[in-house]
Amino acid sequence: MALEKITEVSGNGVFVPGDEIDTDRIIPARFMKCVTFDGLGEYLFYDVRKHEDGSDKEHPLNDERFKGANLLFSGENFGCGSSREHAPQALYRYGFRGLVAESYAEIFFGNSTTLGIPCFCASKEDIQSIAAAIEADPSIEITLDVANERIRFGDQSVEATVRETARKALCEGKWDMIGELNEASSEIAAVAGRLSYMSK
Amino acid sequence: MSQSLFEKVWAAHTVKTLSNGQTQLLIGTHLIHEVTSPQAFGMLRDLNLKVAYPHRTFATVDHIVPTDQRQEPFADPLADAMIRELRKNCEETGVTFFDLPSGKQGIVHVVGPEQGITQPGTTIACGDSHTSTHGAFGAIAFGIGTTQIRDLLATQTMALAKLKVRRINVNGSLRPGVYAKDVILHIIRTLGVKGGTGFAYEYGGEVFDNFSMEERMTVCNMSIEGGARVGYVNPDEKTFAYLKGRAYSPVGDEWDQAVENWKSFASDPDCSYDDVVEFDAADIAPTVTWGINPEQAISVVEDVPTVEGAADGDKALVAEALEYMKLPAGEPIKGTKVDVCFIGSCTNGRLSDFEEAAKYIEGHKVAEGVKAIAVPGSQVVDAICREKGLHTVFENAGFEWRGAGCSMCLAMNPDKLVGDQLSASSSNRNFKGRQGSPTGRTVLMSPVMVAAAAITGEISDAREVFGVGELASA
Repeated sequence: MALEKITEVSGNGVFVPGDEIDTDRIIPARFMKCVTFDGLGEYLFYDVRKHEDGSDKEHPLNDERFKGANLLFSGENFGCGSSREHAPQALYRYGFRGLVAESYAEIFFGNSTTLGIPCFCASKEDIQSIAAAIEADPSIEITLDVANERIRFGDQSVEATVRETARKALCEGKWDMIGELNEASSEIAAVAGRLSYMSK
Repeated sequence: MSQSLFEKVWAAHTVKTLSNGQTQLLIGTHLIHEVTSPQAFGMLRDLNLKVAYPHRTFATVDHIVPTDQRQEPFADPLADAMIRELRKNCEETGVTFFDLPSGKQGIVHVVGPEQGITQPGTTIACGDSHTSTHGAFGAIAFGIGTTQIRDLLATQTMALAKLKVRRINVNGSLRPGVYAKDVILHIIRTLGVKGGTGFAYEYGGEVFDNFSMEERMTVCNMSIEGGARVGYVNPDEKTFAYLKGRAYSPVGDEWDQAVENWKSFASDPDCSYDDVVEFDAADIAPTVTWGINPEQAISVVEDVPTVEGAADGDKALVAEALEYMKLPAGEPIKGTKVDVCFIGSCTNGRLSDFEEAAKYIEGHKVAEGVKAIAVPGSQVVDAICREKGLHTVFENAGFEWRGAGCSMCLAMNPDKLVGDQLSASSSNRNFKGRQGSPTGRTVLMSPVMVAAAAITGEISDAREVFGVGELASA
């Protein structure tokens, strides 16, 4: 199972402002009543995008100018709270292929990386200047350069980081490790054999 | 070399270093529930992989299970389908399922310890962020996503980067009317909701030495709300006494060997930590949240913060929270009217939580217009409460006594807030919309504080309502 080497992601961006955007906000719990992840994209940010009657609220994802954006920019501690993989799955199925935030919650970061979604960290100032550039020209081409840890937008470029293990995993096509985990079955059995509780 | 419990458990469970630099870690105990596992079983089928160690995965239903209607089929066809899917997956793969008729069903983080599955020096994972609860036993327990559930089912291992360890000491004595819930809300309030990112929290000091296992679970449970994926307490005699005689605990000679082994995992007294933080127990008061994340918390005698008073970097979030919560900035939080009161959840849905609340509500009545529900964390907790007559105390006071489940903590079942109702809740998250209504408001607090709110109909200082101990001089 050869995975894609994700060295960069390009496209258009949308800025969803706010800090501490939790996974309940990204995908409210009531939409997790499903046995597959198909169709979750429709409910992304549902309660902040939709009124209770289903009509649109003012939200960057409802703004025609940002339709088709595949890169999402936000604030601090993005994806905090529940471990639900439904959150990065909803982002992915909506069409997002890269994230840029000031910081991420631990579990969300791991879940996203495992789906091949690079999670970049950038400074508040840089995110704001990219957001301003998107606002001025929503069609501005943005590239998240995973290999070189930079974000290019228009003729500008800023430094941004991807945690080293994730960067390596993405660039080398090793973000989903099931194959390699599975190859170690005899080593796994050896470790399990040394742990008495594993025999119960 | 001296090591922390985290380092010892990590080393004992390391399979190898993966080519991407992460560690392949054996997870000895895998817990699953109906919401985050069906997709993982689907992925396994797509990849034509089998469950490698079915006897080390344990399942139950908690997230969507109704707490009022216990007869299947459930009114909600989606909930019904999810439970049937889990039942089928367990049957096909040989995974142990604590199903509804078993008498052992309940919230996964209540069931694991009470069955003796949760043991010191082990690794545990579950597709639920509150898996850190199991750390109360000196286990290293991770909340994981669904793709990792797939990895665990297929290999009993997952890829992880090692965490740093922060030791959090709480020394001195807690004041009367101050509970484990207040301790963790105070810690999160101080260190922040992202303060623990990249860390495992090791809790210790006199307060934790004196805590019961259930109190330790309450604190470890909310580690993730402080950003720490893992939280734990070193195992001691209390841990062993709790585990003795439980269904999955070792017996006979194996018990003695297990205890010796468990002791060996405790952090060495002179081990070094990446960070150490000290708290004075006397500084902790009954604590309540006022905002939209668990860091936005104050002592019940404080005023709701103002935007002006917030640090520059926090002003936007404070303003957002005040607008959502519709609380008067600069005014006391005490006296805020409540609509719903909820005692339950993996944070505070254990026997001692109901015992403590029952002590105080006996002889009182829930205020008019307030809906109050008590939801035991498991069928076992329910049965013991019934045996002790606690459910009657709650019912006589005007609480509804429900069946076991997650209930209004995340409102995936019919227990939901309506409109902008304000809930006094013993659960763990006060995020926007968390309790089932997109405009619903949550104020987190200890079970005894919820009981006080239920009786007065407003956010109250339980010490005043029930005449407990001294009042904070602040």
